[in-house]
Amino acid sequence: MELTREEESALKGEQGETMQMAYRILVATGEATDAEKLIPIEWAHLSGVNYNTIGDAGEELLSSISKDARVTVKTTLNPMGFDIDNVSNYNLDENFISKQLSIRNSYETMGVIPSFSCIPYEIFDIPKNGTQVAFAESNAAIHANSYDNLKTNKESAFSALASAIIGKSPYSSLRKEDTPNITIQMKVKNPNELTYGMLGFYAGKIGDTSVNISGLGEMDQRQCKAMCGGMGTSGTCAKFNFGEGDSNTEKIDFDEKEMQNVHDELNTSEKGDLITLGSPQLGLDEISDLTTKLKGRSFQKRCMVFLPRTVKEQAQKIGYITELERAGCEILADCCTCLTPLISKDDVDAVTTNSIKGAFYLKNSNGVDVNLKSLTQIVEDETR
Amino acid sequence: MNKILVSGKVEGIVLKSNDPINFLGTVDKKTGVISDKNHPLFEKPIKDTILVFPSGVGSSVGAYTIYSIKSNNAAPLAMICKKVDLTVATGCALANIPLITISDEEFLSIKNGIKMSLDTDSSTLSVHQ
Repeated sequence: MELTREEESALKGEQGETMQMAYRILVATGEATDAEKLIPIEWAHLSGVNYNTIGDAGEELLSSISKDARVTVKTTLNPMGFDIDNVSNYNLDENFISKQLSIRNSYETMGVIPSFSCIPYEIFDIPKNGTQVAFAESNAAIHANSYDNLKTNKESAFSALASAIIGKSPYSSLRKEDTPNITIQMKVKNPNELTYGMLGFYAGKIGDTSVNISGLGEMDQRQCKAMCGGMGTSGTCAKFNFGEGDSNTEKIDFDEKEMQNVHDELNTSEKGDLITLGSPQLGLDEISDLTTKLKGRSFQKRCMVFLPRTVKEQAQKIGYITELERAGCEILADCCTCLTPLISKDDVDAVTTNSIKGAFYLKNSNGVDVNLKSLTQIVEDETR
Repeated sequence: MNKILVSGKVEGIVLKSNDPINFLGTVDKKTGVISDKNHPLFEKPIKDTILVFPSGVGSSVGAYTIYSIKSNNAAPLAMICKKVDLTVATGCALANIPLITISDEEFLSIKNGIKMSLDTDSSTLSVHQ
């Protein structure tokens, strides 16, 4: 990778240790992705916020670099471990809470907007077509590249942080015009969001950096998010190109059999002790739809609903939150199903969810069994 | 050796996986033990090994896991992949764990349990007899 004289000097440590670390990360990233140079970005979205995932090492690292590191572009933030408004209802120890607040404080000190959301594409204005950004959250990177006409690598927590500090990112393949060599043909009839989540999970396993995808039909926001979340979970692929692709691409069907394979991999229980909705977090449209679906009905077991704080505030004004709480929902802002410390296998055997991304991490990280159902099915089976 | 992402010089025993590794959720960040039942390296510690695997997959937060494993003295001596993903590259860059990529042929030729040495300055990767 070619560096300018100023970039070389920063890499040698002539602009301080923090800049040196940031450049070392971008150089490793650039070498990994065959980038020939660094280019300016306008927006960074950081992962690595939840104390449950970054642990003491992450908390200490952030506390240390926040002493002198400052972000130089608009920078937003992934969910943390809990909602401070109701954390006392959950069995979290003091250490977790204080370490999480330290992480929050470090990011705020660096100048990061404390959005605590994995759906920045839904709660912030989208910049003009073709804008270069650096999104670490995998579902957000895929959504930005596929639906929002933005350009990002599937950044790591570190490359996005380094990009936020330097204001540049490696000019890697996903930032250029790319032509995928695989086309996935959607063959499953009457898909719901769960089907699209499984399609995304399947695509992420076989795609490299991007895939063509055909046969999708009209999709709502919930289904688009499910597909992006599924793909981000299973692989390195970070873009859907919609269409058949040219005649040279390898055509692969996603049919009932392939769908059953994904289902069998992630669905390990026939029922759940509690329900989670949101991974990715729910946006205002989904909250509105959920409120409609729950009219006159109540959950018969716990149902955790995860959403960004800005969406919670809007939903409160409209009256959705009162309605959802009446139906038995626990409303949680600033956090998400994915890697939540609020669900422990000590208290819970199995969780029902419509999220493929949530299912993967509940199973592998929380160590609980998962029961997969579409939202419509959840409402039908679990409410009265 | 195809690419040098993070330089260094080490000698150790190979722990090889033919399946990719999702560092977030499948590797215990305190002990460096693989905790995913479906993974071929289930219950194996990656500490002080030369970890050879096709590539990393999954959530970007996995980079912090690599940094945590290193902070907890449970990290591999080096990592060798066929394809490098951003999570592994940046995790290794920050944690200062040597990282290189190799060709499919080289990958096939490396057997689990053998002793190898890696020196990125001279671009050598060799097997001890």
